[in-house]
Amino acid sequence: MANDVLSVSVVFLAAAVVAVPIAQRLGLGSVLGYLLAGIAIGPWGLRLISDVDAILHFSEFGVVLLLFLIGLELNPKKLWQMRKPILGLGGGQVVVTSAAIAAIVMACRSFFPEISWRDAVVVGMGLALSSTAIALRVIEEQNLDGSETGQSGFAVLLFQDIAVIPMLAVLPVLAGGGGGSWLDFAWMIGGILALLVGGHFLLRPLFRWVVLSGVRELFNVAALLLVIGIALGMQSLGLSMALGTFLAGVLLAESEYRHELEIAIEPFKGLLLGLFFISVGMAVNLGLLLEYPLQILLAVIALISVKGLLLYGLARLFGIRPKSRSQMAAILSQGGEFAFVLFTAALGEGLLGNELSALLLVVVSISMMTTPLILLLQDRWFARTFKAEEEALESDVIDREPRVIITGFGRFGQVVGRLLFANKIRVTVLERDPGQIQFLRKFGYKVYYGDATQLDLLRAAGADKAEAIIICTDEPGEVMEVVNLCQQYFPKLKVLARARSRVEAHQLLSHGVENFSRETFAGALDLGRQALISLGMHPYKAKRAEAHFRKLDTTALQDLLPQHSEDVHLASRSKEARKELEEIFDREMRGERERHNGWD
Amino acid sequence: MTTPGRPRILVIYAHPDPQESVANREMLKGIDDLEHVTVHDLYAAYPDFFIDINHERKLIRQHDIIVFQHPLYMYSCPALLKEWMDVILSKGFAHGDGLETKGKYWRSVITTGGAAEAYTPDGYNRCSIADILKPFELSADLCQMEWLEPLVLHWARRIPTRELEQHVQHYRRWLLSPFASGKEVEYGQ
Repeated sequence: MANDVLSVSVVFLAAAVVAVPIAQRLGLGSVLGYLLAGIAIGPWGLRLISDVDAILHFSEFGVVLLLFLIGLELNPKKLWQMRKPILGLGGGQVVVTSAAIAAIVMACRSFFPEISWRDAVVVGMGLALSSTAIALRVIEEQNLDGSETGQSGFAVLLFQDIAVIPMLAVLPVLAGGGGGSWLDFAWMIGGILALLVGGHFLLRPLFRWVVLSGVRELFNVAALLLVIGIALGMQSLGLSMALGTFLAGVLLAESEYRHELEIAIEPFKGLLLGLFFISVGMAVNLGLLLEYPLQILLAVIALISVKGLLLYGLARLFGIRPKSRSQMAAILSQGGEFAFVLFTAALGEGLLGNELSALLLVVVSISMMTTPLILLLQDRWFARTFKAEEEALESDVIDREPRVIITGFGRFGQVVGRLLFANKIRVTVLERDPGQIQFLRKFGYKVYYGDATQLDLLRAAGADKAEAIIICTDEPGEVMEVVNLCQQYFPKLKVLARARSRVEAHQLLSHGVENFSRETFAGALDLGRQALISLGMHPYKAKRAEAHFRKLDTTALQDLLPQHSEDVHLASRSKEARKELEEIFDREMRGERERHNGWD
Repeated sequence: MTTPGRPRILVIYAHPDPQESVANREMLKGIDDLEHVTVHDLYAAYPDFFIDINHERKLIRQHDIIVFQHPLYMYSCPALLKEWMDVILSKGFAHGDGLETKGKYWRSVITTGGAAEAYTPDGYNRCSIADILKPFELSADLCQMEWLEPLVLHWARRIPTRELEQHVQHYRRWLLSPFASGKEVEYGQ
């Protein structure tokens, strides 16, 4: 038995390296590969690892990091836009599923006479929660991030993460303790409020301070410290660690450090999630499974079908498309890691009993293993039955061999598009907002529905034949995603992109995209020129002043590039650059005055 | 690098509608492999007429012969080239105290729409090319540059292909050895 950290690491890494590629090649997906690796090395397999609980607990941290990264992608505005699916679909799922499972457990009381209604409620609540780790991993792996499936699935998961708080709070009440728990509840709400307010005012100055130190790795250290610190703080208040870091992520979603944070946390997330899946595999108590094979199997099937069907029904109620709703139902059909937390806590309060909670944990673990398999079967099924619908709704692009592809046709893309249309250039437009598409088509634009971050869609739009792609999407992350896709798969395609600001311009430059436009720059310059004229400057002189400024600012942008990618003194460097800019500007304008003197 | 001893030549090309001019396109195509020749498409570099003064002056310093290749518009050069001359060849750089252009060579390479006969005292334009280019010659003089005989292609839009080819070859030969036959280069075609 290996006990020191390094040899344990070797066992984990080796198991993953062997199992995951095999599972991938068999088309089972990486999650199942990790789970199988876990079973193989766990107490019921080769017995290479013994301390499963400690490792499971440690690796749950992967979920925490995952939610932090998700938070980074969601700024408060986006989150607010999702309020309906989160509260409606998510809330509905938690309440209805909890009640249904509790009712079923009560109905089966004849098999387990010692179960009280209190236990049934705990079981209902615990099993209603799905596995954030597995579901989000599957969503990511199948490229469903931006799709309806991914969005609605995420909304449900988010509500579940929030719902854990009151669930944990209600446990002592159910156990008959009551009393102090309401005070705890108040503490929890207070904790979240403190996080939101403190985070809003403190996080950005903190990172600015760290960046100014000039020590590159300190940024990663600070990012990890932030995430772990918040997680521990939340945990000490009895809150979900994942929820706390998710909120921290949301708070940082609009900051300039977003991308750097993503880069810093991403590798840890990947490693810990893998470890988490392995631990779940190890935790499957095969002994119990051998003892009660039929009961456990029935319970797993019941759990998956009840959860899946209820989700499907709710999704239908919320008007989600057939393919998306069955995909989402399948992705969220398993029990989750929060069940482990909840059942362990319930056991601590004297609920459930040892045997029942062990049994439930096996059921949950096995249900987690089924998800990739169900999705696999579902894919086969879709391949046969949903072909027609898919063609009508998803690949709504006709290959017209365009010269130019424009992605995103909002305020920005429209101007670009109209200019090209007016010059009789064949353009294909990809837009994601269906309302927008109908509106634009009314005016005769050839606009197609689609998410440009999907490789297949780009291909369908003719990316391998077109001359250029103009990325006008307003979400900087998506812009970079499309840039990367194009550079990787369509090297001949000229890439032009919209940059939200200097930060994004730097990003584009560092990816070798030289044809970009800062979206507010030209407009601001134009208004600045008009201001100079209205202050009495001669229009021609104002025009030249504008041109000088444009040139110098563009040069400064390029000069700042290496400093940006190394994070060194960025703030002070841009201050310096501004001063430099003023000096050069002054000199150039003086030169401008002098050159006319000769002729006057 | 350039062959030692071979003068470096800057061709400043000014045509607001270059895609329409077959003659100029062919002339440029015929010389684009010459290492000692820098072709500078003015309208491509400064579509907004905002000329980078430092860059242009650096170019001038790096070359010995400046060729101005352009069509005749209203008995003069296209507007951007005039702007270029106003901005670049200014007092303090090219004349007055400035001596940066002193001793360099100026050659105007012109295309015209009319036939050669139109540019005679009795012709349609009543003036010779030499008269029309007088302001350029004076400018060269002011900048203490040597004025080389202009190279003119008349009838540029309707010239037979063979003659155009000859002109292109002639242009290329001259760029290859600008001073081969003295400083006199034949005038017109």
